[in-house]
Amino acid sequence: MFDWLQHIADYIVFDAFGMNASSHLAEALNFFIYDSIKILILLFVIIFFMGIVNSYFPIDKVQNYLSRKKLYGLEYLMASLFGTVTPFCSCSSVPLFIGFVSGGIPLGVTFAFLITSPLVNEVAVGLFVGLFGVKTTVIYVVSGVLLGAISGMILQTFKLEKYLSPWVKEILANAQKEQDVFVADKQSFSNRLPVIWYEALKIIKGILPYLLIGIAVGGLMHGYVPEGFFEQYMSKDNWLAVPISTLLAVPMYSNASGILPVVQVLVAKGIPLGTAIAFMMGVVGLSLPEAMLLKKVMTWKLIAIFFGTVTVCIIISGYLFNIIF
Amino acid sequence: MEIKILGTGCPNCITLEKRVRKVVVENAIDAKITLVKDIVDIMAYKVMSTPALIVDEVVKIKGRVPRNEEILEVLKN
Repeated sequence: MFDWLQHIADYIVFDAFGMNASSHLAEALNFFIYDSIKILILLFVIIFFMGIVNSYFPIDKVQNYLSRKKLYGLEYLMASLFGTVTPFCSCSSVPLFIGFVSGGIPLGVTFAFLITSPLVNEVAVGLFVGLFGVKTTVIYVVSGVLLGAISGMILQTFKLEKYLSPWVKEILANAQKEQDVFVADKQSFSNRLPVIWYEALKIIKGILPYLLIGIAVGGLMHGYVPEGFFEQYMSKDNWLAVPISTLLAVPMYSNASGILPVVQVLVAKGIPLGTAIAFMMGVVGLSLPEAMLLKKVMTWKLIAIFFGTVTVCIIISGYLFNIIF
Repeated sequence: MEIKILGTGCPNCITLEKRVRKVVVENAIDAKITLVKDIVDIMAYKVMSTPALIVDEVVKIKGRVPRNEEILEVLKN
């Protein structure tokens, strides 16, 4: 599909710049040009399409659906699925949390949404397709959705309502039982399109510097680090690799666009995919700024239980991947 | 007219504030702009995604940063 792009990259590096095809620098530069253009194209396509889906499934509709429908246990999966199409801004997590719980949505279901939303977002999916291919992306998305749903179910069994901040408990006690019926935005598709297009461009613009730095670092490693270099430290036989990389990732708040291109090279150089995915999920899914924001609605104890449960689930899925692949 | 911008202080909220101020000044709109940063006050408007633009206590836009033209349109109506 991207052969033409490889030709362009080859032409720029070997013909236009006249670089020697066997030099490390030429290889790194070729990789950089090819990868950045390919990833940008795929990112834009995916952000754009997820923008269309989101335009028809805004957060209010999701909240309304989850609080009204009786789903007999499937609500965790549904919340997690909705999380994938809702763009996540960590600063929205608090209003979203309050909106959900005050609408009568159980805490566990709300958590399922909160876990999947940053984990499987349009940027992460776009980067995954560009860097690892469709198959790995599908595996990542499916496991992200299941991870959210299962973590939500586990958290629900802990009966955590008592650890919410007092003012949230007050809101819950006073929450009206009757719901505002969601009024759909009756905009035509052609009216929505420019907004979605513009949003997609804005997201790309925002992550572009990180992405290019990530690909550049990846490109250098690609050219200079020998194959199998990391295998000795992070092989499948090393059972500590998954928990260590997950724990390293949690406090690391980086945007996925900078980290993913580097992870891709690490995988190419011999780090098992499960270990890499566990690391990725830790970076994208759990962040300190989010914890600081959630502090407004939760006690530290609840945040610790929330992060702890998700971390354990990420570690388990990392092991599962390494066993399967 | 009373304009309120709801947001906990994230980059998107700051962008929205800048744009609204720009549109108001450029079009000489008589408006009082207030920032609502406190989460309890934000929740009073029942918005689940920030930033949000409130004009005369009505939620006009939420969860995204509109373009200048769209802001002008909202303020004119």
